[in-house]
This record gives sequence, structure tokens and C-alpha cells, in this order.
Amino acid sequence: MTKMHVQTSINGETVEFLCSPQQTLLEALREIVGRQGTKEGCGTGDCGACSVLIDDRLVCSCLVFAAETQGAEVTTIEGIAGDGGLHPLQEKFLEHAALQCGICTPGFIVAAKSLLDRDPDPDEETIRYWLAGNLCRCTGYDKIIRAVQDAAGELAYQA
Amino acid sequence: MAEAIDLKYIGTRPVRPDGVDKVTGRAQFGADQNLPNMLHGKVLRSPHAHARIRRVDVSGALAMDGVYAAVCGEDFPSEVGGSMLGEGGGDLGDVARNIMARDKVLYHGHAIAAVAASSLEIAERALHAIEVEYEVLPPVLDVLEAMEEDAPLLDENCFTKNLPEKPDKPSNIASVMTLARGNVDEGFEQADLVVEGEYRIPMAHQGYIEPHACTATVNEEGKATVWCCTQGHFDFRAATAKILDCPIGDLKFIASEIGGGFGGKTVLYLEPVAVMLSRQSGRPVKMVMTREEVFRATGPTSGTVCRVKVGAKRDGRITAAKAWMAYEAGAFAGAPMGPGCMSIFAPYDLENFLVVGHDVLVNKPKVAAYRAPGAPQAMHAMEVALDDIARQLGMDPLDLRMKNAADEGTQAPYGPKFPAIGFKACLEAAKEHPNYKAPVPEGAGRGVAAGFWFNVGMQSSAEVRLNEDGTVIVMEGNPDIGGSRASMCLMAAETLGVPYERINAFVGDTESTGFCNVTGGSRTTFATGLAVVRACEDIIGQCKSRVAATWGVDEDQVDWQDGQAVPAPGVNAEVTPMSLADIAASMPKTGGPMLGRASLNAQGAGASFSINFADLRVDRETGKVDVLSFTAVQDAGRAIHPDYVEGQMQGGASQGLGWALNEEYIYDADGVMENAGFLDYRMPVASDLPMIDTHIVEVPNPSHPYGVRGVGETPIVAPLAVAANAVRDATGVRINDLPLSPPRIVAALEGN
Repeated sequence: MTKMHVQTSINGETVEFLCSPQQTLLEALREIVGRQGTKEGCGTGDCGACSVLIDDRLVCSCLVFAAETQGAEVTTIEGIAGDGGLHPLQEKFLEHAALQCGICTPGFIVAAKSLLDRDPDPDEETIRYWLAGNLCRCTGYDKIIRAVQDAAGELAYQA
Repeated sequence: MAEAIDLKYIGTRPVRPDGVDKVTGRAQFGADQNLPNMLHGKVLRSPHAHARIRRVDVSGALAMDGVYAAVCGEDFPSEVGGSMLGEGGGDLGDVARNIMARDKVLYHGHAIAAVAASSLEIAERALHAIEVEYEVLPPVLDVLEAMEEDAPLLDENCFTKNLPEKPDKPSNIASVMTLARGNVDEGFEQADLVVEGEYRIPMAHQGYIEPHACTATVNEEGKATVWCCTQGHFDFRAATAKILDCPIGDLKFIASEIGGGFGGKTVLYLEPVAVMLSRQSGRPVKMVMTREEVFRATGPTSGTVCRVKVGAKRDGRITAAKAWMAYEAGAFAGAPMGPGCMSIFAPYDLENFLVVGHDVLVNKPKVAAYRAPGAPQAMHAMEVALDDIARQLGMDPLDLRMKNAADEGTQAPYGPKFPAIGFKACLEAAKEHPNYKAPVPEGAGRGVAAGFWFNVGMQSSAEVRLNEDGTVIVMEGNPDIGGSRASMCLMAAETLGVPYERINAFVGDTESTGFCNVTGGSRTTFATGLAVVRACEDIIGQCKSRVAATWGVDEDQVDWQDGQAVPAPGVNAEVTPMSLADIAASMPKTGGPMLGRASLNAQGAGASFSINFADLRVDRETGKVDVLSFTAVQDAGRAIHPDYVEGQMQGGASQGLGWALNEEYIYDADGVMENAGFLDYRMPVASDLPMIDTHIVEVPNPSHPYGVRGVGETPIVAPLAVAANAVRDATGVRINDLPLSPPRIVAALEGN
């Protein structure tokens, strides 16, 4: 089968790869370009473990064809920490013990960043509904919500 | 004893050692292992819930370009003995037939053949080239129907075990268990009030977010290396050796990080198949399940029918309790009926009781352990019955439970006398909790229930390695499923007297560390933690010996205090205390490297009790239930890292509420699961839940140096009845069956 050539930006780095037309962005990230921080929990867009940003839009990378990212800017969990170290969300997830097994954590952090980029001061209900597309089976969400609230405060303080 | 110890590190909340890798995407989970020249394996699964296999022919798949291996049941050793350790593992012959069917397929999704190909796409296409001829048989899906004499039989050689006389006819009832004390008939005669009911709960899945995954590579000598997500790589190694009939020493198992398990990753599915495919192809083989496969072919927990009858005096004292329970085992024997029978009345001091449990085969997936396996279903029935008694007596539900509560010295229904336990302390803490004293919000209902789990010990090993600069490595063999590395480091810090930051914990593979049973039974912090403490004490002993030689005194003249060797009281030596770092620096001159070790079979796990209560609101028009508040009170013995104890309580509450309110396996008449995906198998999401308040009670376990009790399983037990009792309180209608999904609630409120 003829492969497609895709040029995209992943976490600010220009990346070129070949993929088949039906390959998902998730598969391309994990199996072609070696960014395995993005996880697969369902492959049907129900769990959010594979959350990434495409041009700042939050998507499940299992529901996007890899070829659709031609010319786009993709942000994955590997791109969340900056030059100065961990992102406040990552710091707060650690501080609040907002992860147990950790498989859903990259997706939650990407999704939460996308929320805080839009709404720097979300209330609890807003956070809960924004993150309703991300499944966590370990924590009961309590500590995740608190970590996001605390990170919002930290970002506001830094700003 | 634990309470006398002044603790410096235990009870603090530091960042876990593996945390940064898990928030940055660096951590390697089951599906993250890739090897050069690797193939992708896929499993062909049965389209029928019950059928005889006439013929399997994989030659069509093998003939395809890009396909390098194909196996089916007959490629595996036919006689497999032994059993898999841990909760719900069961007979290994059954496990072997579960991971690759022979003779019969017993559920929709049962593995029947597997291929390995150069790409996932080719592997998926190759499955269509495998020819299978089936003789389709009628399935039996309902546990009560399966128990009837004329039900279709899953296994013609299954004769009910533990009956007074060996039956002369085979049955789907694999075994029966009876527990009794006193005389229930007399007990019921003494009762002023008797409550009884039948409660049904369908199968539910553990719902871990990471699907099962492994990568195996076998060399020309037959030596295999397997990377996998597992709750216990040593037990996986032993099971694989038995299933493939090879020496344990030929297999090396490396546990990846594990993306949730809850019991479901104590049993294996893919690993022996991947090893077979790698043997045949001579190349590494990676296998990853889809979510649909996880639902159809891996461990749900049993659907159950529980009938409970409880009698009580007017003052609330229980005079007799009786339970009849049937657990769906799925395709092979091994439902958690035993722990269900042993737990149902465990929180209570009863003079008269009788429990009969049944382990029943049905054409559904073989059940696997799920957090406190068997207890939530059984205790749901008892805790609902107690709620009805409290209601009829006009008694506070906590007072009713306190009136009958087990305490130190009470003989547990399953035999031994309880040592110090925290059930009464949980009841007292709940009664005093501000959330309990707060009024129930307008239009809502409040539910209360108790939880319990035995906890287990089992085998663990640990090594403590002293680095040249005085930092410490803790090496053990239990996959870290929820922060256990942090707990190990805290216990090591406390024992050694050195800061947490100077200690790092690692989970070793089967060749680099000593044997550990599965991360399960809520045993890791207790049993492996005990091994870590003992290994630290071993290092301290060695340090004292080296320091004694340096100082020229006897070993008993050296004490260990706050992370350093000091002269014992009364010893007159002109010496300067030596810190762990000083001793480490002197190792080359004092005898070489130091390694502390401990291996043990831990006894005295210490039972764990809980009280949960919640306020729920029911939309009478739609049947939707909103959880307004949830409070979990639980005895942790001693919380080593309180954040992760709270996390267990909150996560268990969420799983229990999901099970109570929405989650269920839904089957059509042919035995095909209709909701095998996260969209239709409705687990709680963030917007379904409030903050979950926790209150940790600490009644130290006398069998652990720091008082640890396992905390992982108990949290899922009480929420089922909490939800049922709250919905009863809110609506005035008692609904016996779960889940309390909108259609069921609407039907009940309409009087159907």
C-alpha cells in the first residue's frame, strides 16, 4: 500500500514521517515517531488517555488520521514541560498525589493544560466537565481536580 | 509496639520516586516495549458463546506474505497441572484452556488461535484466513438457570465438589461451600423481627485503563524474555513455565509500569501465546489487546444472586443470619465465592449463622480477581438487610452496627479470633464526623454501610543496597500499582533513620531481585514492606558490626540512632558517631560492599474494616442519581503515605459507585456482550462525582513493625450498599438489584 508523506510540527520540532492512509495520529506518534508518552486506553475516543493538542485544539489522537496533521502543530505530553522544568500542572499532580497507576496521567495533563489555556480560573464544576472525557479508574478524580485547581492558582500567581 | 514509636518519615506525604516519569510520559507501560525485527501478534476469538471445535486450520494464515507464525490449542502442551497463586488465579489447566481454547469454546471472545505478522494490519487480515469449524451449542448465561438439572453443561467432567457424597451426574455447579455456627432456626425464633431479600448483581469489569500487553522474545536455546504489564511477574513466570512445560529458569519476566489492575492483572492471557509465536517465528512478538478484547475476554468479576435473611431483637441485637449465594465463575471454576462466604458477616459478632455459596459455570468470560473479590456482592446483601432492620426499628444504622460489631477477641465467621481491629473505631469516627452530623440535603437520601477485607501476607523479598555515598537503593519485586515505591522508601527511611530523599526504590525483574508474589490481596505495603524493614535491619546489623570493628569494641556496644552508629549507653569509648554516609565511604576498608536482604512468608496481615456513607439525590423523572457527598472512614492500621491511602479510599469509592449505579455486562440471548466499550460500559467520569471525603482510622496491626494493614481492597466493598440504602432513603422504594441505573429506578418508582 502506498504510504503518505506527512510533515508536521511535534512539540515545536519539525517532523516528517510516512504513514498509511488509515493510520491514526496515536499510532504514528507511538509507533512511527517514537513519542510513547501518549497512551492508548480504548482506541475509540472514550477514555482520553491519548489526548493531544492539534493547533491548540484538544483531541483524542486515536480519532485523528495521522495524515490530517500535515502542516499542523501537535503538542503531546512530551511538550508540556518547558525549559524551566516541569509545568505547574505536572508539579501539582505530583504534590497532590493525583496519580496512582499513571496511565491516564499524560492525557489528563494535556487536557487540563488545554482548559487552563482557555480559562485560567475555572471553578470545580468547569474542571469536572472539561475533564469528563478523560477516564481515571484509580483516583476517584478528587486529587486530580485539586491538582488542577492548585495549578490554576500557581499559574495565576506566576502571571 | 508500633504506637510507642516516634515516627519521623512515616505519615508524611513526599513526592513518589516514579512520579516525574509518570507526569512527563517517560514511564514505560505494557505497550511501550518495542524491539528490533519485532512482529505483531493478534488473537482470533470465538464468535460463539458455546460451541464444540470441530477443526482449526491456521495454514491459510501461515501462507500469507508477512505472516511468520500461527498457533492454536493443539500447539500447546495438553496436560497442565498446578494452580496459579494469588487471588482468583485458579487451576492452571483452566488458565491454559482459557488463553487458548481446546475442544470447546466457552464464551464469546474465547481465544482460539493466534498469528504473528510484520504489521498489525497483516496480522488482523491473517485472522480471517484461519478456518474454524464449530458445532454450535446452546449457551447458558444466567447463574440460576445454569444451576438447573437440565441446563446445558459447559464441562461434562465437572462434578460438584464439597457435597457430602460425590454426585453421580455432572453439573455446572463446580463447588459448594458452607460456613455455620450455632443454630439459625433457634436464632430466628428468638428474633422480634426478620428481614429477608434476594439481591442480584450482574458481572462488572475492573476497568483498568491500560489494556493487557506484552512483548516476548525467544532465542535459539529456547530462553525467553517477556516484558508485560502484570500485578506479579514471578507468578506470571511460574504460570507460563507450567503452561508451556519449560523450566522456570528459561523464562525472564520484566514487569513494565502497570496501568491499573485491581486484581485483573493477577492472571495472564497473552504471555504464553506471545512466547509460542516468538518460538515459532524466531522473532520478537508484541501483543496488545484492544479495549473490546479486554471486555470480552478478560476478568470481569462474578455476577451474583444472594439471598439473605437476618433476625434481630428489638434492641438491634442480631439473633441469626443466613445467606444463600450463587456466583458466576464464567467459563471455568473459580468464582470468588469463598471470600464472599467468609466476608458477608465478618464485621459482626454473631452467635448463629449459616452461609452456603455456589461456584457456577456460565458461558461468559472466566472471572478474575476484582478488588476484595467476592466481598462487595455478598456484603451488599447483608448491609442492605441491616438497613431495612434499622429502618424498621427506628434505629440509627451506625448504632445498629455498633450493637453487633466485631472487636478484638471476636471469633471471625471464617475461624480465627480477631486480634486488634478497627471496626468499632470506624463506627465511632463516622458517628462523630461532621458530614454525618450534617442534615441530609432537601430531597436527598443518606445511605450507610460497612466494608471489610481479610488482607493477605504471602511471600516477599527485598534487598537494600548501600551506595558508596550513603544513598540507598531498595529493590523489590512488586509492580507499583499505586505509589508503593514511595511507601517502601518511607519505611526504609524510618528504619534506617535517613531522609526519604536519599532512598530510591526499584521494582526488579525476575532475575535481578528475589521472589515476590503478586501485588494483590492488599499485601504489598504490608508484606513487601515488612521485607524492606527486615532488609534495612539487616543493613543496620552489618553497619554496627563494621563500626564495632573500626572502634575496636564489641558489636553490642554499638547502637543505631537517627541514621548513625553511636556508642551504646555506658560504653566508654572515645569515638565519633558514624553516619550511614561515613560507613558507606569506609566500605572498601571495612570488608567491601553492603547488601541487606530479607525473604519471608508474611503472617498476620490484619483485617481491614470501613464505614462509608453518602448523600444521593434521585431524579424521579429520569431515574438519574447524583452523588452529593461521599465519606469514607477506614482503618489503615498505620498510613505510611496518607495521600496514597486516601487515594485508595477515593478510587475504591468511585469504582464501587460505578458498580452500584451504572456498570454491568449486558448480554444478548446468544451470549454476546452488547456493551464492550467505554461508551456503553459506563464507568464514572469526573463530572459524575463530588470530592470524596476520607477519614483514616489508625488501629495498628500488631503483626507489622509500623502497624500496617492493607488498604487497597476494603474501599470498594461498602459503596454498593451505601448507594442502595441512599436510594431507598431518597425514594422510599427498596430496589434489591444493581446497578441502580436510570431505567431500573424509573421502573421501580413506577411500581414495576
